[in-house]
Amino acid sequence: MRRLLLGAIIPVSFLIIWEGSSQAGLLTLESLSRPSDILVAGYAALRDGSLMLATLQTCETALLGLAIAAVAGIGVGAILGLLPTAERIAGPTIEALRPIPAIAFMPLALMVFGFGVRLEASIVAYACIWPILIVTVSAVRAVEGRLLEVAAVLELPLWKRMTKIVLPAAFARINVGLRVAAAISLVVAITVEIVLNPRGLGYRLILAQQSLQVGLMWAQILWLCVLGYVLNLVLSHLGRGPAAIWRPL
Amino acid sequence: MRRLADPINLAALGFALSLLAAWQLLADAHLISPIFFPSPLRALTVLQQRLADGSLWLPLAATSLRMIVGWLLASVIGIVLGAAIGTSRFARELLDPTLEFIRPLPASAVIPVAILFLGLSNKMSVTVIAFGAIWPVLLASVHGFSSISPELINVSQVLGFGRRDFLRKIAFPSALPDIVAGLRVSLAIALILAVVTEMQSSLPGLGWDIFSAQRVYRSADIYAGLIMLALLGFAANHLIQFLERRVLRWRNLRA
Repeated sequence: MRRLLLGAIIPVSFLIIWEGSSQAGLLTLESLSRPSDILVAGYAALRDGSLMLATLQTCETALLGLAIAAVAGIGVGAILGLLPTAERIAGPTIEALRPIPAIAFMPLALMVFGFGVRLEASIVAYACIWPILIVTVSAVRAVEGRLLEVAAVLELPLWKRMTKIVLPAAFARINVGLRVAAAISLVVAITVEIVLNPRGLGYRLILAQQSLQVGLMWAQILWLCVLGYVLNLVLSHLGRGPAAIWRPL
Repeated sequence: MRRLADPINLAALGFALSLLAAWQLLADAHLISPIFFPSPLRALTVLQQRLADGSLWLPLAATSLRMIVGWLLASVIGIVLGAAIGTSRFARELLDPTLEFIRPLPASAVIPVAILFLGLSNKMSVTVIAFGAIWPVLLASVHGFSSISPELINVSQVLGFGRRDFLRKIAFPSALPDIVAGLRVSLAIALILAVVTEMQSSLPGLGWDIFSAQRVYRSADIYAGLIMLALLGFAANHLIQFLERRVLRWRNLRA
């Protein structure tokens, strides 16, 4: 109870001061809108479906990029994890590419793909592949030697060795990388939209600012907070699920 | 030090070079569009030209400055807030819920707000960078300050330290390894956000340089900018690793 009260002090007093001072005419700044206006604008955007549509567009692109990164990252990571020599040979190249901010590739992706889903998904995929790749390499390397011996005794071909032995055994750890990447995917998708791509939540947000619909802008920012919060919650629960399933291995 | 002549290292170098060579051959044979993918040699020539005539140094300096100022701001606020939250239950209960709610917000989503208040200015850019870069330092400092070993706390009580001495002589050094780790992640984020704000708001810097090169389809210039960005990220990361070793030398001595 004490925690709840203390925690509410800052947001609630902030809102009261904000609303009160703009009602009283103390705040004439257009950039601040009023909490009540924000609620009205947010409600309107929810009702006419534009907020949901934009959210859907952003999420599907983020997911597409994440899926590409997952397939490529787990595939390459598993190979590099099984073959330490290959990892040491490709390692420096990977380390040279990794620190380049994904966002910096936007102009290049724009030339190749034009505006749209592919532009955004390719940037998301580039940003997401690194955590997945790196976690997969170390996860595969940590797979118990005896399991690999079983695979060798059964004379499984490489593909079956991957799908039947290595990936199931490494999945709990790979999952950690996937969760990190999922959080990154949403952030990158929104960033691409804010800077460049005319679709989704990020674009709506910058559009609201540029057309001085300040209430709508704040409503969308609040919506983003909620979205990110829910995503974090879902991801931390997902983390427990599959990991628990594979633990008996 | 690793030896360069190690066969594995040579193979690694060969791998990188052969990728570049394959790209060069494909570009020379016009199998990939020279508009999108100019040959590596052309990109390097442009890079060399622009380094020589000085037109890349200014954007590099602008981006570095933005990155560092935003990062320093984030570091100071992050460490102070982290110390408060990590050492005082009252501060934690007061601030935690608000911070937990803002934290998932993508830093780029703050750009519209920052533009409204500060315009398309360097201040806007630095604010956005600081907002995005604060979280790793803050979380790391909270962790560092809240996991000081009870023995150290006992020592400070025995010595009769006041709160200020406790923070300065016991808590801060003890939390420093965590803080430095957070600072490193923050610096990487600061670079990303410097590029993002430059692209979004046409501020001079490497991000804008790459962006405007695309608008006039000078793709070799894009690659030159990308190479500079990679070098900047690489240099920043190594600088902070160097500082980390210097600052934390006492830990290695003790171990």
